[in-house]
Amino acid sequence: MVELRNVTKKFGNFHAIRGVDLNVRAGEFLTLLGPSGCGKTTLLRMISGFDAPTEGSVWLGGEDVTHLPPYRRNVNQVFQSYALFPHLTVEENIGFGLRMQKLPRLEIAGRVQSAIALVSLQGLEARKPGQLSGGQRQRVALARALICQPKVLLLDEPLSALDAKLRHQMQGELKRLQKMLGITFVFVTHDQEEALTMSDRIAVVNQGRIEQLGDSAAIYHAPQTAFVANFIGRANILEANAVGVEGGFIRLRIASGVEVLVPNPNPSPTTSRLVVSIRPEKIHLQSQRPTQENVFEAVVEEELFKGPTHQLEIKTASGLSLSVMAASQSIMQTAFHKGDRVWCAVHPNDIVILRAD
Amino acid sequence: MQTPLALLQPAHGAARRPGFIGWLLIAPLIAWLVAFVVIPALILLVYSFCQRDELGELVFSFSLENYWRVFGYVHDESGAFAWDPTYLQIFGRSLGCAGLTTILCVLIGYPVAWTLGRAPDSRRNLLLTLVMIPFWTSFLIRTYAWIIILSENGLLNGLLQYSRLISEPFPMLYTPGAVIVGLVYSYLPFMILPIYGSVEKLDNSIVEAALDLGAGPLQAFLNVILPLTRPGVLAGILLVFIPAMGMFAISDLMGGKRVPLIGNVIQDQFSGQARDWPFGSALGMSVVVLFSIAFWLGTRRQPES
Ligand SMILES: Nc1ncnc2c1ncn2[C@@H]1O[C@H](COP(=O)(O)OP(=O)(O)O)[C@@H](O)[C@H]1O
Ligand SMILES: [Mg+2]
Repeated sequence: MVELRNVTKKFGNFHAIRGVDLNVRAGEFLTLLGPSGCGKTTLLRMISGFDAPTEGSVWLGGEDVTHLPPYRRNVNQVFQSYALFPHLTVEENIGFGLRMQKLPRLEIAGRVQSAIALVSLQGLEARKPGQLSGGQRQRVALARALICQPKVLLLDEPLSALDAKLRHQMQGELKRLQKMLGITFVFVTHDQEEALTMSDRIAVVNQGRIEQLGDSAAIYHAPQTAFVANFIGRANILEANAVGVEGGFIRLRIASGVEVLVPNPNPSPTTSRLVVSIRPEKIHLQSQRPTQENVFEAVVEEELFKGPTHQLEIKTASGLSLSVMAASQSIMQTAFHKGDRVWCAVHPNDIVILRAD
Repeated sequence: MQTPLALLQPAHGAARRPGFIGWLLIAPLIAWLVAFVVIPALILLVYSFCQRDELGELVFSFSLENYWRVFGYVHDESGAFAWDPTYLQIFGRSLGCAGLTTILCVLIGYPVAWTLGRAPDSRRNLLLTLVMIPFWTSFLIRTYAWIIILSENGLLNGLLQYSRLISEPFPMLYTPGAVIVGLVYSYLPFMILPIYGSVEKLDNSIVEAALDLGAGPLQAFLNVILPLTRPGVLAGILLVFIPAMGMFAISDLMGGKRVPLIGNVIQDQFSGQARDWPFGSALGMSVVVLFSIAFWLGTRRQPES
């Protein structure tokens, strides 16, 4: 539906976007996720037409729109600041796009009414944006864009100005609207949790590049780079040496006394020096030596009670430090405390070999 | 809709009555207004209903004669009313000149203000300074500069003749056109600055939202940009139209005696040969009434807000 082909954007000498290829499928909810300043807004602005790529091309529904102005593209945007027209009422704001198309008054009025119902703004038709709450403005911005029936709706951090509770509510509502209307959404956020809960697919953006594109589970469980592993959730990023191949597994030596098996990926790694990621919650602690593979011993260095989870820093005899996260035990059960000796077990599938950059 | 005066008020400040300190702070302004605006205006009002004798001295006797003259009715020798629209014509010409000046200032000033307001911060101060530079030299010197440019053997005629576009000097100075050029030149900054103020406040993403929703550049201008910068335009219109209406120096210097405006006539009544203070006062009061109406039209609150 939307295709970026080898798109590069320079501001002066600064490379904001470096050779991005992206194919957004029809009807999907795709999220651009990345830290502030990584180029998410710039990517959106090239799709909507406010910025032209320095190199490469932008395609919408099979048509090259690289040089079309924004008002000739069948995409609409929900701006981060909402950008409502302050001199127009809610109703006039929502009907703006249809008035620009010079549709008959009666049709406009009808469609505005249903758009208002869609985002539950009944009763506020005659208000000006200045008289609305943040959440209500958000809905006006949404209705104003949706009423144009765009092929693609672009949303630039639309929820970042809302408080946590309202944000959760709007997340659900956006997702519901997207399913119901079947419109392709390209959604920008720097909030990984928001991205994981809402998206069909996530493109993780870093320094003007797409680091990884995949569904939420793949991004979380199989990060391909250290950046992705660290940005989405927390991760222990460790250097390791491949010391042998055993069946379908590679034996990795992370530190002396810490040797683990990981599934041999296809294609196999070409060097013996590798970087792996282990999520803190994938390290299981036990007081007795477990019988399974992939176990090693360590000492609890620090513990932090965080409510639902218990966060520990552990250290092996050879000096390897790891973060571990465990679900909080009930108050009666034994938890691990500073100074305790523990056995650590990691399932081979929970150790992810990262792409070298 | 914001009125131009609202530009001068804090955006969301609740209307508060000034306290003692507040009154103390605005006391000089009030004193100034009373001494130099209210009292002279009252004197003018009284004079405008008086008469003058043959020597030009003021005679206190109530009459509407001066206002009749303003509107074109004069007594001929037999004492009957006769129709002489000289002053109405001058009024009309002044309105026309000031109106045309205002329109030209909007047409020239808006794009300039837009460019200024949308320029990157680094360049904006330089551009603003360029708009203000003319104020650094005396108004008279600037007007004489125009005379040098426009006169029969001036710069412009010289250039046109040199480039063989014309063979004879083209009369430019002492024409209505010259007066308009002078007025537009003098008042343009008063149009640019308030519009610039509005443009600068306009959030760029609002303009982008209009384009995003399918408005072409002209539609975006008419439906979003113009309504949102209207307070600046109205303020500019007031700041240009009113002084342009009263201006006499430019029409004097650049129009010669051929293009007298209402300002010249009034000046003539007070310090020139005519020496008719009561009639000058009546003309002055008429202009004040006209301005008041214009001001009321310009700043009236639109019913929509
Ligand atoms: N108009 C511009 N001129 C110069 N640099 C820009 C411009 N727009 C964005 N940038 C730079 O490009 C980078 C990416 O910006 P942006 O796409 O807004 O990031 P994000 O939306 O991910 O926070 C930033 O470093 C920003 O400073
Ligand atoms: Mg951004």
